[in-house]
Amino acid sequence: MANSIVSLRHVDKWFGQNHVVKDLNLEIEAGEFLTLLGPSGCGKTTTLRMIAGFEKASGGSILVQGEPIEDKEPYQRDVNTVFQNYSLFPHMSVYDNVAYGPTIKKVPKAKIKEEVTEMLRLVQMSGYERRKPDMLSGGQKQRVAIARALINHPRVLLLDEPLGALDLKLRKQMQIELKRLQKKLKITFVYVTHDQEEAMTMSDRIAVMRAGKILQLGSPKEIYERPNCRFVADFIGESNIFHGKVEAVRDKLLDIATENGKLLSSGEGFLEGEDIFVSLRPEYLSLSKTALPGFDLRGRVKDFVYTGSVTKTSIEMADGSEVKMSRVEDNSEFKEGDTVYLSWDPPHSVPIHSSGEGEEEHEA
Amino acid sequence: MKREAATTNGLRRKTHQRLPLLAQAGPVSLWMILFVTLPLLFIIAISLMSRGAFGGVDYRFSLKSYATLFDMIYFKVIMKSLNIAVLTTVSCLILGYPFAYYIARKPADTASRLIMLIMIPFWTNSLMRLNAWMLMFQMNGPVNNLLIRLHVFSNPVKFIYTDWLVFLGLVTNFLPFAVLPMYSSIEKLQDSLLEASADLGAPPVKTFFKVTLPLTFPGIFSAIILTFIPALGTYTVTDMLGGGKVLYIGNIIKNQFGVIRNWPLGSALSVLLLLITALLIFLYTRIARVEDLEVL
Repeated sequence: MANSIVSLRHVDKWFGQNHVVKDLNLEIEAGEFLTLLGPSGCGKTTTLRMIAGFEKASGGSILVQGEPIEDKEPYQRDVNTVFQNYSLFPHMSVYDNVAYGPTIKKVPKAKIKEEVTEMLRLVQMSGYERRKPDMLSGGQKQRVAIARALINHPRVLLLDEPLGALDLKLRKQMQIELKRLQKKLKITFVYVTHDQEEAMTMSDRIAVMRAGKILQLGSPKEIYERPNCRFVADFIGESNIFHGKVEAVRDKLLDIATENGKLLSSGEGFLEGEDIFVSLRPEYLSLSKTALPGFDLRGRVKDFVYTGSVTKTSIEMADGSEVKMSRVEDNSEFKEGDTVYLSWDPPHSVPIHSSGEGEEEHEA
Repeated sequence: MKREAATTNGLRRKTHQRLPLLAQAGPVSLWMILFVTLPLLFIIAISLMSRGAFGGVDYRFSLKSYATLFDMIYFKVIMKSLNIAVLTTVSCLILGYPFAYYIARKPADTASRLIMLIMIPFWTNSLMRLNAWMLMFQMNGPVNNLLIRLHVFSNPVKFIYTDWLVFLGLVTNFLPFAVLPMYSSIEKLQDSLLEASADLGAPPVKTFFKVTLPLTFPGIFSAIILTFIPALGTYTVTDMLGGGKVLYIGNIIKNQFGVIRNWPLGSALSVLLLLITALLIFLYTRIARVEDLEVL
């Protein structure tokens, strides 16, 4: 890809016997906000640390603007990092923290002053120059940490769960601010998080990682609506996952038999008799008093939960599993204990090969 | 449960306010008065009295002891003592810091084993340790024999009772006092701060001087205090390895109380030593602007 600013090619990382990053390939485009998303231990932070230079790749190569950087020490790389625990220098004032990079590079004092002032204004921390980090709140510390990184005009800014230590409200606010900052400065952001909602809010593209591999790479919309494997469907947002066998394939439509009854899903490239997962978002589920053509999924309404924005309904199936439905409008047609039939518009469900990528090591 | 805790807390705060300062610090103050203030006052009192005809103290006021201190000989001894105490402290820092750094960057179990290694000699009786040094560095001791066999020297060298053997003895004696506080300071240093410094473009040497050193300074400061003060006043090391021929302030004070039995002069010298130390520490804290000491 001509436009990629960071390229990871066949990157491997071993910690002793642990294979934490496995043959990872990723092209990060200039100016994009890319998120590495995954549960803890999936190798996302290690990947970020390899780009920063804090860890050396065991195999493969990492290129920044087409140039291999394996032999460069962290202090020689054109990337900067925002750390999860802020890592501000506690013995220095806010001003000195932000001025650290340019001071090291021996930028003239007057120019440093100008740039620090500008950066602190950008992160809305003007007036805090003389404070020491321990006199700042978590959110303020993170703003200073961002200013300290951005003042070096990095080609790529690496952010390692930068909002992890903040409370929910502040985190939401900082998510929006960070996204605006990134758009304004047009710097490539590589962002690591385990919070799928955060990833959805901020990213241009998300790489969902698990056990050292990228399972799916795509826009938040693609990942949410077209998960390519069971793990992604499950990890991103809420999903109902049905397991069954393809009974009949009729022109882009699949008849599927599950333990709880028959269902219909659109899908291509599936064979009769194949083991299959079908993923359905709770908001696409419909309930009716009688079975609809192609569907024969019967359940019992277990409970309703009103969350403010949506009402969540749980339906208990014959085998004891639960199916979730969410609706913006209040669904008063049914009450607890009613027998209901489940159905949906077939294009809304996502069929997944049961031997799909990432599934082979499911319990690893 | 929570409520109860809060009440107790409130109660405690109230009692806290009602009690006068002295009572709050009661047990500590008592201990300090008994074991620090009283002996010190006693020494100051004795320093202001006359020497008895046959040693000891004649309880008559006199400034004679302090007048004696203006003799050039004492000035020279004090300068010499300060000199060796500074040298010892600096050497302990230079030797101790890399060692402390090395230990602190090891995993916890390895670190505690290494700490043990420097603690073992520290736990052996100091007289025994010093006797071992004396035996090793005698005219026909193992060190001289080895040097002759290796043809470094053709004749035995006189190490024993020299300034530099005293210096060597002092450094080995006080090294653990320097290593431990520095270790505890370096151990608290977060790796991510060093990473942040590298990330912002600082090569390792710059990171050391801009981040590592300033952040571990409390430990260095404690190390200085813990080596400099005892090194200035020591007499066992100087007595045994210096054979009493090399005179330092510690030996002189000890001799005034023991051999010469001029208690007032010994006390006056102690007071002088105390003042010098206090002045140096005061100046030092001012210059270094130390906020907190690294206490083990």
